[in-house]
Amino acid sequence: MPVLEVKNIKKSFGKTDVLKGISFSLEKGEVLSIIGSSGSGKTTLLRCLNFLETADEGTICVNGKEIFDSVSHKNLTENEIRDNRLHFGLVFQSFNLFPQYSVLKNITLAPTLLKRGTPEEIEEEAKGLIERVGLSDKTENYPCQLSGGQQQRVAIARALALKPDILCFDEPTSALDPELTGEVLRVVRDLANENRTMIVVTHEMEFAKSVSDKVIFMADGVIEEYGTPQEVFLNPKSPKTRSFLKKDIETNAE
Amino acid sequence: MSFQQVTLSLAAGFLENCRLFFETLLFSIPLGLIISFGSMSKFKPLSYLVKVFVWCIRGTPLMLQLFVVFYVPGLVFGVPMRDRMMAALIAFVINYSCYFSEIFRGGIESIPKGQYEAGQVLGLTKSQIFFKIILLQVTKRIVPPMSNEIITLVKDTSLARVIAVGEILLAAERFAGKGIIWPLFYTGAYFLIFCGGLTLLFGFIEKKLSYFKA
Repeated sequence: MPVLEVKNIKKSFGKTDVLKGISFSLEKGEVLSIIGSSGSGKTTLLRCLNFLETADEGTICVNGKEIFDSVSHKNLTENEIRDNRLHFGLVFQSFNLFPQYSVLKNITLAPTLLKRGTPEEIEEEAKGLIERVGLSDKTENYPCQLSGGQQQRVAIARALALKPDILCFDEPTSALDPELTGEVLRVVRDLANENRTMIVVTHEMEFAKSVSDKVIFMADGVIEEYGTPQEVFLNPKSPKTRSFLKKDIETNAE
Repeated sequence: MSFQQVTLSLAAGFLENCRLFFETLLFSIPLGLIISFGSMSKFKPLSYLVKVFVWCIRGTPLMLQLFVVFYVPGLVFGVPMRDRMMAALIAFVINYSCYFSEIFRGGIESIPKGQYEAGQVLGLTKSQIFFKIILLQVTKRIVPPMSNEIITLVKDTSLARVIAVGEILLAAERFAGKGIIWPLFYTGAYFLIFCGGLTLLFGFIEKKLSYFKA
């Protein structure tokens, strides 16, 4: 049984159709990369999965349980929506750490408020996560004292603290200086090696190629191409994919 | 009239100013927060109504509002306002909560959407997001405009003199009536010292909150 099944997600803003019927599924432990040019709907898709946008049509199932159905969604209570969205974790492009809290508190805040354990357990676990993203010496620092790459690693630890079934990344390195992207991608790669189920929206083609099990190429609100990295990157069927990848290679060559 | 007598008599008056000041703050800060939520409400008729109210209060002199609160109940409803201090307090609370509400609104709306979204994806409730994430960031941002407004309030309390609240300027005027003019100027010292203390306090708060950037 797939861990995630997305069926026919549609979303429009005013008269603009951003998503025109997106369907895909994801097995446990798989890493899915979503690539495509700006405005193709990648981020909107991710936001629909995390309920930051409400899809106009479609269904989302996690572990066989329907957690979103455009027809019945508005009948759900806020509590039910909150429970449903906790199947997903999201790492933002702009980190969005809480500036007034230390690294440790950023990570423990949500588990504490959601009563996910005793304060000692939560802190213990948070410290473990901080160590995993390689920031043990920054536990008591504040976000403004960290580099962008360090902030993003804290944001990853923060998302992991709630143990989501599926961890989503929305262009996690786009706001970073080139020399800082490596440290963040390394953390994401480690997570992939631990068989975590992840969806990564990214512009880092080399990274998508090497880390993913499946790749989706989106164009104009539809899935233009779907397959393994070999299929999508080395042997693309769609002319749109070919021209996108060609442009990418040219940009990188410059 | 000795210097000491004048000092004590003015101090008694200034105590009334202080009472009005603290009580106004006590009520107008929470009320201002409620008004700011009203003006940001997605329910358009409510936000429209609140905005018109804020416009009326900010668009008319506080002195006029003092007269209205003090005289209108007696003239229109036949129940005269007996407690002058109470009338002053009501007028001040309404007036200042409207000004505060606009400062709060500006502060709340200036917090990036990403902070709310980060709270949402972490499964927090709306009130947890507001009280645990947003509020302190708003507080940091509004300290400078609030300190401005609160220092203005200190001096505005002397406007209560127009409905004969026994505040410091009224006390000084009594001396002036007897031909002693200097106590009137001496009142300035009270305001200066009080505002000096407040300035130090706000500087301290600003420093306390300088450990993070928001």
